[in-house]
Amino acid sequence: MTEHHQHHHDHSELSETELRVRALETILTEKGYVEPAALDAIVQAYETKIGPHNGARVVAKAWCDPAFKQLLLEDASKAVGTLGHVSRVGDHLVAVENTPQRHNMVVCTLCSCYPWEMLGLPPVWYKAAPYRSRAVKDPRGVLADFGVTLPKETEIRVWDSTAETRFLVLPMRPQGTDGWSEQKLAELVTRDSMIGTGFPKTPGAA
Amino acid sequence: MNGVHDMGGMDGFGKVEPEPNEPVFHHDWEGRVMAMMRAMGAAGAFNIDTMRYHFEILPPNFYLACTYYQKWFHGLEDMLIDKGFISASDVSAGHSESPPKPLRRGKFTLNDIERIMVRGTFGREPSAPARFKPGDRVRARNMHPATHTRLPRYVRGHVGVVERNLGCNVFPDSAAMDAGENPQWLYTVVFDGVELWGPDSDPTVKVSIDAFEPYLELVPPI
Repeated sequence: MTEHHQHHHDHSELSETELRVRALETILTEKGYVEPAALDAIVQAYETKIGPHNGARVVAKAWCDPAFKQLLLEDASKAVGTLGHVSRVGDHLVAVENTPQRHNMVVCTLCSCYPWEMLGLPPVWYKAAPYRSRAVKDPRGVLADFGVTLPKETEIRVWDSTAETRFLVLPMRPQGTDGWSEQKLAELVTRDSMIGTGFPKTPGAA
Repeated sequence: MNGVHDMGGMDGFGKVEPEPNEPVFHHDWEGRVMAMMRAMGAAGAFNIDTMRYHFEILPPNFYLACTYYQKWFHGLEDMLIDKGFISASDVSAGHSESPPKPLRRGKFTLNDIERIMVRGTFGREPSAPARFKPGDRVRARNMHPATHTRLPRYVRGHVGVVERNLGCNVFPDSAAMDAGENPQWLYTVVFDGVELWGPDSDPTVKVSIDAFEPYLELVPPI
């Protein structure tokens, strides 16, 4: 189902949804369960503070700092915890490293589990049926939908997020970036490269 | 439950269609739904497993027709009615017509924002030693509970290898049904693509799930 299809079908349903959402917020507010200002603050946090830039800083640091990279791969929650400036990931973050031999890709076939603290809220495609159904059975076909091709012999490891563990893909550092600062490297790190459906940008294209 | 939410391996849903420069929310109401869900969860109205279960029990045709945040909205409304925090008559009136029910952690206010920015902790003290260790061959049980489970259908009956012990965690199958946390050992289990999808499938593919101990049985070494 495409975005356009959804929008067409849902045109009347959407406005009804909007009214019902408003009514629910009125009910929860009148009952004293939530403060509308607190809801505003939650929305704002996800629109402005929590996004792929958090994960990108972690990846860039791992590219520059071998000790940090080692800790990240051994205990990602602990490693990210040492940075302080990125949002708090709890105890259940696992980082998985892409190598010339192995490419990692993350999915949640049962719902839409995603490392919110590292990447923000998931994009629509990550939560939609085409990705959730095919990623575990035909990952190369899914990658082709993203315009990504891997060598035939590369192992593809798909991580289905069936529990509270959240996965962050550590992509390979692009060539031609020797001596780059962490900050400059972070700009090459895309959201999709940390899900495993893309690569970091290359220096020329950044 | 063997619901339509358990999509791994299904065909026919078409291509993945990434949206360039996708906004965080496509409509303002989506943000309100997300915020209400987070706030009511943090206030103690329900746990995350109960939330997932309420998406799964949406009728399958409806589940498939809904956008993500429509599922969240309907799941949230149904769940709050089921738990007695709101009533069906509140919903049809569009405002509160009945007294509130006490929330375990009280009203969610601006002071509570920081709390939801920290991810929950699901590790618990084990009551027994782990049955499996990395390297063990295990079979995902052929089980079909009618209620919530995190064992996807596409691995059931198949043999994989334990890669990592992730500690003892809250067991979603129990927690979702308000039957307590019932902590269980959790393992990353890796399956060969060929084991899951047959001899004609891509031999370079490996798929892992995180599986709770009750989902697994030991396969004796060959």
